Amino acid sequence: MPEIVFDKVRKSFGAVEVLPPLDLELNDSEFTVLVGPSGCGKSTTLRILAGLETLSGGEIYFDGRPIGGLEPKERDIAMVFQDYALYPHMNIARNMSFALRLAGVSKSEIEEKVTRVAKLLNIDHLLDRKPAELSGGQRQRVAMGRAMVRDAGTFLFDEPLSNLDAKLRAKMRTELAEMRDTIDKNMVYVTHDQVEAMTLGDRIVVMSDGKIQQQGSPEELFKRPVNRFVAGFIGSPTMNFLDGELHTKDGSTWVQGDGYMLPVTGETGQRVSQVATSRNITLGLRPSSIDPDVTAGAPIELHIAVAEYLGAQSVLVTRCGQTEVLAEIASAHRFESGKVRTFGVATDELMIFDRDSGLRL
Amino acid sequence: MQTANVNRLTPYLFLAPAVIVLAVALLYPIGYMIWASFLNWNPSQRIGEAEFVGLRNYMFLLQDGAFRESFFVTIRFAVIVVVLEMCLGVGLAFLLDRKLRGMTVLRTIFILPMMIAPIVVGLMWRYMYHPSVGIFNRTLKSLGLDPVPWLSNGDWAFASIVIADIWQWTPFIFILSLAALQSLPSSAMEAARIDGATGWRLIWHIKLPLMMPVLIVTALLRMIDAFKVLEVILVMTNGGPGLSTEILALRISRTASEFRELGTAAAMSNLLLLLLMLLTLAMFAYTKITEARAARLRARAEKDS
Repeated sequence: MPEIVFDKVRKSFGAVEVLPPLDLELNDSEFTVLVGPSGCGKSTTLRILAGLETLSGGEIYFDGRPIGGLEPKERDIAMVFQDYALYPHMNIARNMSFALRLAGVSKSEIEEKVTRVAKLLNIDHLLDRKPAELSGGQRQRVAMGRAMVRDAGTFLFDEPLSNLDAKLRAKMRTELAEMRDTIDKNMVYVTHDQVEAMTLGDRIVVMSDGKIQQQGSPEELFKRPVNRFVAGFIGSPTMNFLDGELHTKDGSTWVQGDGYMLPVTGETGQRVSQVATSRNITLGLRPSSIDPDVTAGAPIELHIAVAEYLGAQSVLVTRCGQTEVLAEIASAHRFESGKVRTFGVATDELMIFDRDSGLRL
Repeated sequence: MQTANVNRLTPYLFLAPAVIVLAVALLYPIGYMIWASFLNWNPSQRIGEAEFVGLRNYMFLLQDGAFRESFFVTIRFAVIVVVLEMCLGVGLAFLLDRKLRGMTVLRTIFILPMMIAPIVVGLMWRYMYHPSVGIFNRTLKSLGLDPVPWLSNGDWAFASIVIADIWQWTPFIFILSLAALQSLPSSAMEAARIDGATGWRLIWHIKLPLMMPVLIVTALLRMIDAFKVLEVILVMTNGGPGLSTEILALRISRTASEFRELGTAAAMSNLLLLLLMLLTLAMFAYTKITEARAARLRARAEKDS
């Protein structure tokens, strides 16, 4: 499997620059997820890698070999599209075998491969059908199958699950995760859904405005985001951000803002104690760091607006001063809307961001 | 109760005027023509004075050699022009489906012939085919070649009307195929590129099959039109020499005006109408059946998954 290197890859459409010079390395046999809000350049990156878009500058290397000028078919890639892009006039077997037939693979070998993959994906009873005769989920599997029979070195996925309903999406996500563990190939997966990114990726690349904000393992991104953007993008419900001032005195550190004052402890506390006092910062507070038990941490008073019941967990929409704060609480606790209540905050999980640059301190 | 009734009827009341106008405008002439085909009727009579002859007009047509000849000329003409125009039109569409400067101008020039009145097209081609002063024979002469009897020899005359029709109507196929080509789903195209289909194979395996629904309807429309063609041929050859270019529309019009047999002409029209209707119905039935089958299987699949 090739090691893929993006070297100062640029892309502009007319006067609009979609990708400023981008450097990226994809390791051998890794499942890399490109994630970011729409318009962040993740799909363009994937399409450039596929050869569907031309480079405006820079070069892409597969194992040191420049491939920027090659046609898609010369890059040894297979791709799964968001809308599946099945050929409506061919039945499923022919859809899956199209690339092999073009490549002149023998009939018996094609049949063997298609049958094996179709069985694997549970679509072997559909091989005679046309795409229009399948459900959304089945089409999705066929699209996967079409890529898998190719036996390509690199698999590209362009938001393959976003056209499915929630239940089916969760199921396919699990199946994809299983596939990831059984297939030893490069996989590059584009999504705007951070849950997909977290569950599937060996490595996640968070993008925004064509720039890579951070790359790393899911855990790394969750626990040590480099900036406010990544912290806000990774994790669900999203992190709360509260403006405040950072104070250090006699070895203890705390943050003070509209309606709250919280000590900062743990690793973060030690690190930010070096930073000048009375500094303007943004406090990052994960919804999961808020506990109904006041003794679980430092106290914070929250004005409860709505409780959104999600089953085992509930999300409380609250206010701290003028700022909206989400809290994720076990549903066993019941809360009345409109009441003010004191919660406990796990102070070693707080994150401090520079208010101007957004960088984590 | 009363209000419910009024409410149920209201939509139909609003629709009624339009439906009545349409029915009169559409059904009356057709009914008139069907009735006329059962009569032995010449233009000097009122329709009420004509003798009722039942199916005699139709029986006569089945045995009439001239009608049969004209019927086959029409079918031969329609099939040949539609096939050639489809090939040329679709080919042109593939050729001009690119983003180059000046392409819009070029495309506009290509569709000009379609906008000229058929009678004018007929006159134009008649002059170009003129045995001594026409451009074709003059060109042949200047190249030292023998002149061609464009409109005076049966086979050449047939070829000549085919060429004129191709000149006028290929643009129609071209425009519709170009539109079909440019609205093909781009992701299927991209999937095909990744699967390794480029150039001819992309056209043959992906683009043409995906354009097929539009192409079929285009061919059908063109076919219906080709069966009814009249003015161009009337002006160019008036059906001659002999019966070599006497297509049905021409035969019908001559039967009515020259032979003064309105009943027979109406019967011919009805046969032509029947043929075109069968052609159209077969096409729609095919589309309906395939669509219904796909919808049924998909519904079952959604339920299963």
